[in-house]
Amino acid sequence: MAVVYEKTKMLTDKPLHYCPGCTHGIIHRLVAEAIDELGIQGKTIGVAPVGCAVFAYDYFNCDMMEAAHGRAPAVATGCKRVNPGNIVFTYQGDGDLASIGAAEITHAAARNENITVIFVNNAIYGMTGGQMAPTTLPGQVTTTSPYGRDVNHCGYPIRISEMLATLEGPAYINRVSVHDVKNIMNAKKAIKRAFELQMQGKGFSLIEVLSTCPTNWGMTPKEALKWLEDNMIPQYPLGVKKERE
Amino acid sequence: MGQKMLMKGNEAIAEAAIQAGCRFFFGYPITPQNQIPEYMSKRMPQVENGCFLQAESEVSAINMVYGAAGAGARVMTSSSSPGISLKQEGISYIVGAELPCVIVNMVRGGPGLGSIQPAQSDYYQSTRGGGHGDYRMLVLAPASVQEAVELTQQAFDLADKYRNPVLVLGDGLIGQMMEPVEMPEYVKPELPEKTWAATGWTPDSDRERAIINSLYIDPNVLEKHNRKLYEKYAVMEQTECRWQEEMTEDADYVMVAYGTTARICRSAMRKLRDKGVKVGLIRPVTLWPFPNAPIQAAAKHAKAFLTVEMSMGQMVDDVRLAVDGEKPVAFYGRTGGVVPTVREIMDEVEKLAKEGK
Amino acid sequence: MAKLTIAREVCKGCGLCIDACPKALLTLSSEINNRGYHPVAIAEQDKCIGCAFCARMCPDAVIKVEK
Repeated sequence: MAVVYEKTKMLTDKPLHYCPGCTHGIIHRLVAEAIDELGIQGKTIGVAPVGCAVFAYDYFNCDMMEAAHGRAPAVATGCKRVNPGNIVFTYQGDGDLASIGAAEITHAAARNENITVIFVNNAIYGMTGGQMAPTTLPGQVTTTSPYGRDVNHCGYPIRISEMLATLEGPAYINRVSVHDVKNIMNAKKAIKRAFELQMQGKGFSLIEVLSTCPTNWGMTPKEALKWLEDNMIPQYPLGVKKERE
Repeated sequence: MGQKMLMKGNEAIAEAAIQAGCRFFFGYPITPQNQIPEYMSKRMPQVENGCFLQAESEVSAINMVYGAAGAGARVMTSSSSPGISLKQEGISYIVGAELPCVIVNMVRGGPGLGSIQPAQSDYYQSTRGGGHGDYRMLVLAPASVQEAVELTQQAFDLADKYRNPVLVLGDGLIGQMMEPVEMPEYVKPELPEKTWAATGWTPDSDRERAIINSLYIDPNVLEKHNRKLYEKYAVMEQTECRWQEEMTEDADYVMVAYGTTARICRSAMRKLRDKGVKVGLIRPVTLWPFPNAPIQAAAKHAKAFLTVEMSMGQMVDDVRLAVDGEKPVAFYGRTGGVVPTVREIMDEVEKLAKEGK
Repeated sequence: MAKLTIAREVCKGCGLCIDACPKALLTLSSEINNRGYHPVAIAEQDKCIGCAFCARMCPDAVIKVEK
């Protein structure tokens, strides 16, 4: 019997701490598989964020750094500049990247820093208990927008991929989703491509992955996938936002 | 090198860092330290693997330092008071993750945007950690451009030795003034290999997987980690205390001052000695660990102490802790960027003598 | 014929694999694992086509597929 599918060695044996049905686990796996398939484990350094993925250093089976909230692109910059031969990626949520780390991600992109950013957008702060994020949808109920996000009071969600795509710097920006197997396969392709571009020295790549938060959305894992498809994709359209020739 | 050159403090510090093997500098403009990043931007491209990068903020700069230090490099950043406040988040993480780096603070008047003139009002921030959490930094306070050069080079060695950031604490005057300086031939001492650095790993590597991290979610584990940090600090307190003493042996009055203020006190001391007043000077070179020993020794024979600072009185607390009530400790300070004069300091010592203290 | 190996103790019983299976072969077990979840189980192993959709959908890398 041949193995059709098994857990990649680029993930450690430590069981993931994520809630049941949280798609962080899928995205971890896709990143790990991409690194594994490209044969770059020995030179990859990951930078973990603050948020639900804070323990990513326990899961990715490579050298890791844990950054302060939002600062992962700056940490990755320092790391990459020291050893340009390393493959450096950050793994950041939407609170981390799009709010407190908005400056760091923007300038890393503008510099065309030769790193790969995995941006997990689930429209909420997960770790801290479901507060409103910069990506929270209009009307969406969170623990700090209990009456639904009122755009007249606290503004509109930020489309990070589109915003960064306006810069000359970045090499590759793509938004993908993991709400079904077809999209998961596509997300994997995008993530792998982002790493390949870094290996070729092409510069900054960001893959925004639409993700679920069943616990803080107050849904079953299955309902959460449907909610992502029905509500998040219209707000955050999938597809390549920038690809430099 | 080896010959004497006339150099600005900021530029001399930058060159000294490069001579000591610093190849990465991340900074952000703020007066009065701009000559450090400017010099680095010119020099780093001239040295092998040298990298100067202007960050988008002080916050980013210190986190670039975190990443570069985590990758095993000799790395430095510099700023001045308001910028150093912004860096405190990153400094706390750097300490927690036990990374070596050198930070230069050319202190200016505060609080807030304050002024751009020299001050010493960041003493508390520098010697008590500065950011959140239980920690300390080695703090080196040069009083001349030559000493700034020497301490900057030693700072890199100390940072690597202890895996802890080292702060070089100057002020606007130290940074801006020009003095003759001799760049010493830097000889790297024997230091532990950075086997902890994140440089790439596979299961076949002859080291553990590197995890550069300051998160210890289990309070018992964090307590253990913090105790380990404090064991390092205990060694620093025992072995790294530095100071300079002048004319303290027979002194009735002992001045305690560091950096620029110590230079002015030295002039006041000489003039007072000419007038027959027995006055001496203790100049802490390390502000943390604080040199208690010479102060305690002087307390046995001196009548009183005078602490002089360019602040409303911060180091004076440490002097009082060292003296421990044995003798009176007076304070004289100017603040906001105002530099005390020789005359003012002489008056303060003479006041002590007149009061019969 | 294909074979599924389920890491029973790692499974959190989220059920995402159940909906991903084109043959509807997966169910949550009535038993409880050490972490307190009902782990997924395959009812009719011989009907599995080895497409690995379940494994690709699983957030916890619980499923190994052989064919």
